[in-house]
Amino acid sequence: MADMEMRAVLAEQLKQMMQQDPKVVVIDADLAKASGTWGLRKDFPDRAIDVGIAEQNMVSIASGMASYGYKPFITSFTPFVSRRVCDQITLSSCYAKQPITIVGTDPGICAEINGGTHMGMEDIGVLRSIADIVIFEPVDTVQLKQALPIIAGLGKTVYIRLFRKKIDDVFGEDYKFDLFKADTIKEGKDVTIFCTGIMVQETVKAMDLLQKEGIDAEIINVHTIKPIDKETIVKSVAKTGCAVTAENHNIMGGLFSAVSEVLAMSMPTPVLPIGVPDTFGEVGKMPYLKQIYKMTAEDIVAKAKEVMKLKK
Amino acid sequence: MQREEICKIIREDTCKCIASIGVGHIGGCLSIVEILVSLYYKHMNIDPTNPHMAGRDRLVCSKGHAGPAVYATLANKGYFDKAELLTLNHSGTNLPSHCDMNKTIGIDMTTGSLGQGFSCAVGIALASKLDKDGAYIYTVIGDGESQEGQIWEAGMFAAQAKLDNLIAFTDYNKMQIDGNTDDVNSLEPLNKKWESFGWNVVVIDGHDFDQIDDAIANAKACKGKPTMIIANTIKGKGVKYIEDKGYGNHSMPMLWEDVEKYIEEIRRA
Repeated sequence: MADMEMRAVLAEQLKQMMQQDPKVVVIDADLAKASGTWGLRKDFPDRAIDVGIAEQNMVSIASGMASYGYKPFITSFTPFVSRRVCDQITLSSCYAKQPITIVGTDPGICAEINGGTHMGMEDIGVLRSIADIVIFEPVDTVQLKQALPIIAGLGKTVYIRLFRKKIDDVFGEDYKFDLFKADTIKEGKDVTIFCTGIMVQETVKAMDLLQKEGIDAEIINVHTIKPIDKETIVKSVAKTGCAVTAENHNIMGGLFSAVSEVLAMSMPTPVLPIGVPDTFGEVGKMPYLKQIYKMTAEDIVAKAKEVMKLKK
Repeated sequence: MQREEICKIIREDTCKCIASIGVGHIGGCLSIVEILVSLYYKHMNIDPTNPHMAGRDRLVCSKGHAGPAVYATLANKGYFDKAELLTLNHSGTNLPSHCDMNKTIGIDMTTGSLGQGFSCAVGIALASKLDKDGAYIYTVIGDGESQEGQIWEAGMFAAQAKLDNLIAFTDYNKMQIDGNTDDVNSLEPLNKKWESFGWNVVVIDGHDFDQIDDAIANAKACKGKPTMIIANTIKGKGVKYIEDKGYGNHSMPMLWEDVEKYIEEIRRA
């Protein structure tokens, strides 16, 4: 387990960026403590702003500030900065070309006991169809730390889908992040497993089980779902001939859809999904929710075997 | 030139602009002409030769469908060639129905989905305060637009943030697409609503230059609060045929033969 919570890394990096760049601002909508950004108010009383529980206003305010040369980071729980503000992200920010960074915390089943109302199962799907947006789902503290300054300087509207608590680090200190390049965690020849967010750690667990079964899986972390790294996807599947996607999201509209789109156009290949099976969330801890939605390491192994049978 | 005369030119050019495509949002364009002319010809610190000038005053026309009136004003101020006004909504145009900052020189914010421009103006006013550049941020919202919840989210926060550099106008022509605002979803008592939201409120005749000037002076003198100028206006102001259409003038056909008659009437006034 990493020493720091993901939200603490977010806050630490934001603090550093705000010290270095007077144009970085942080806007919260009454969830600053949950997002980890609360403490920034002490150091930056003018640039760490809370607009209250008004996410639509928050997105458009941030876009207005962007038009003045500011680099706003806005935060809230995933559903409230995706499905609730879809039109504001589309028009005030993306269509108007006013870049903002949207940090949605507690994606999918990570909302745990906040339950179905707070579970953003569809945020990637909702936002992925907005032209020109970047969608990034970090895996661990190492990746998040490197990603934030790159995102701040990108000049694009970016949605960060952030698990906010402590999670195992997957990458080591020698890791070099590229926002637009998927990371091959393990090379293999029998099946490719494309995974993102908290499902990367689950896939790493599955890796040992697969090896025991004699399956040589290639494991690729697709941290940026839009624009997706087509080259890495096609190159891997050319070798393995089949794929599984693993995501903490509805299997419609998210990683499964994005990978399938790439392969349908470039290299039609059997792909099977691990993820939330087109249903709403419910109250529960993550181990329980992974079990009911069949998102465990064992489910990944079973799905890998199933898709390998579909290979020509 | 007197503002009365400039308004005649802007009304004429707005009619021609919409006639170039044959149909458009004429009613809500003609209702804000005196406001636009007062801002761009008297009150705003702007330089049409340097449209991106730092620290300039800005206008967010949150009722984005009034684009043609804003374009006619910008063209007459010299932001771009007046001939371009006749390309409204034509394929490849720089002048879409709704204001687009990436297409039209002089437009300060993209608007069209109602309510959002007002929040953007709040963000711009916040940014200007952080920059301490002394700019005034003007915005025009519609009365129908004021039925959007986002207007009130933005209004509440603008007062909270004490944005006294934000000067807003409500184009209170009391009509919207589906009818009179009082019949659809009444805004009354509009002045009390804004007062209760912590704003400095001034109610004026939106076609009276002296009242517009006084309201802006009042807004600039008021410290610690944003100002809402509720401008009572007539939708389609300046052309009797259009005015008489009532809420039917929100978007209506504008044929050249009719526009010639409208222009005669505008010039005679």
